[in-house]
Amino acid sequence: MGHVPNPRPAGDFRTSYVDDNRMFKTHFEKYAALGILVAVMIAAPFLGNYWVSQLIVIGIYAIAAIGLNILVGTTGQISLGHGAFFGFGAFASAWLATSFNVPTLISMPAAALLTTAVGMIFGVPAARIKGLYLAIATLASQFILEDFFARADWFSGGVYGALADRPDIFGYVLDTDLSYFYLVLFWLVLSVIGVTNLLRSRDGRALVAVRDHYLSAEVMGVNLTKYRILSFGISSFFAGLAGALFGHYLEYVSVEGFTILLSIQFLAMIIIGGLGSVYGSILGAAFILLLPQLMESITSVMAVAFPAMESGKAYVKQMSIGAAIILFLIFEPEGLVHRWQQIRASWKLFPFSR
Amino acid sequence: MKPQIAATGNGLANETILSVNNIEVVFNEVILVLRGLNLKVARGKITALLGTNGAGKSTTLKAITNLLATEDGEVTRGTITYEDDDVTEIGPEALVRKGIFLVMEGRGILQDMTVIENLRLGAYSRPNAKINEEIEQVFKYFPRLKERTGLAGYLSGGEQQMLAIGRALMAKPKLILMDEPSMGLSPLLVKEVFRIIKRLNKELGISILLVEQNANMALHVADDGYIMENGKIVLDGTAEELMANEDVKEFYLGGGGERRSFKDIKSYKRRKRWL
Repeated sequence: MGHVPNPRPAGDFRTSYVDDNRMFKTHFEKYAALGILVAVMIAAPFLGNYWVSQLIVIGIYAIAAIGLNILVGTTGQISLGHGAFFGFGAFASAWLATSFNVPTLISMPAAALLTTAVGMIFGVPAARIKGLYLAIATLASQFILEDFFARADWFSGGVYGALADRPDIFGYVLDTDLSYFYLVLFWLVLSVIGVTNLLRSRDGRALVAVRDHYLSAEVMGVNLTKYRILSFGISSFFAGLAGALFGHYLEYVSVEGFTILLSIQFLAMIIIGGLGSVYGSILGAAFILLLPQLMESITSVMAVAFPAMESGKAYVKQMSIGAAIILFLIFEPEGLVHRWQQIRASWKLFPFSR
Repeated sequence: MKPQIAATGNGLANETILSVNNIEVVFNEVILVLRGLNLKVARGKITALLGTNGAGKSTTLKAITNLLATEDGEVTRGTITYEDDDVTEIGPEALVRKGIFLVMEGRGILQDMTVIENLRLGAYSRPNAKINEEIEQVFKYFPRLKERTGLAGYLSGGEQQMLAIGRALMAKPKLILMDEPSMGLSPLLVKEVFRIIKRLNKELGISILLVEQNANMALHVADDGYIMENGKIVLDGTAEELMANEDVKEFYLGGGGERRSFKDIKSYKRRKRWL
């Protein structure tokens, strides 16, 4: 376009309605996103196994959180069964790979599609009920699926769990964490691009309209039932995809891993990250996974100074997550993304900002 | 094949686009709100539906667009016909595709979206539309919306009303139902909004059913009018007839008739019964 990208955010504005509807609103955003992506890709081999494994789990949880954010943040519904859908994806991929010899790279998206179908079935009540009632209805999906995992030996291996092999690409097995990291990153980037594009499409606007003003949406021709169930389908797709990646990462899927605690963790991620924001979901996932570790190192340091704290270390770690959620709800209900936007705005207006 | 009729053809003033035939609406299965309401909207005309608070104007619009279910209401008797089709049972999103668009009371714009996104959403029912060109068309009627690049929630009340009407245009409707477009606007803005409504009617040939409290403004732009009280139509006629009517002057337009003192309060009550 002949436009020289400006490296600084100042002077790089949205200037037209077309810009407003772009995936990246300004050049800075585009290059920042690309820059971070390239930096992570280059840095990964030098990070060491521990941090790479952390990044893998963050990436996987971020994919699931992006999905849940479509349901909760964009469409304004709620699901307490996201963890179970995540688990369903893990089992389904393992099942497809072991029982039907489907190559793992194909079984993962296939498992995501199966989870989509399951999610849409459990999303049917959403056509009729909202709010707290919907929360309870989705709670049922959590328990039904958990029970299904424990009893359906043919599908999940029952209480023994299921084995899930690492995927291979034309004979090259992704058996190191580093190689698996690139696979997770690939799906994460694809999810981000897919969801960002969805949100600026006709269907994305319809989803937001269902959240903000469902009567208004209805009189504009949006079929509420369709979009409410569809949003369950989309969110389950990403839960299933993330679950499949998780299962093949651990190489073993166990029944105990997908309790309601996981569902609540996903909710916490999107609330802390920012409802309705794709990047917020990633930030939230990183926050929820890294906070306990941060707290652990803080408490270890404090335990040296106050030996009496030694026994309480484990509690502090757990309590910090609860405290973080409460603090975020009070001080930053719009999440980390909003905080970031404010920091950016104050840079832009620097001498005049508070 | 149905005869093609120019929407603004003067010779065919009586051709009806929407007719509401003797409908009865009940809320919660016990509360009778509309008791046998009859109404006709002429093609290419503006029809005003006037009445006091609680007369059932909004309920009439909800009955036409089938939004009653969300409030536990239902049409228990009568039919609604749109272009010779029975639309009594047809849901709101299907009605949009048939060409009926409701501009809701309180505007119902999406605050978290930009102006342009709101307009794009208006064209939701027409996925293959040339949206960008049509948005420019809308801006021709509402030039001040073009200047507003932020979220729709930051628009002033008048601009929000304009956006709500502009959004309706994006659906390319044949009939727009408007629920109190003057709500919460200053007198000057009310004038501007009504002027635009008249232009849309004249230039685009859109039929309009205008529900209003502001009887004076509404009758000035309307071709026909209905006055409703207590769930039924009590008076109807062309806008000129209604404006000349002594009762309408006294109860809705203010001023008209001889000045009355408080002694005449009884005759006021009695005179109010037209039917």
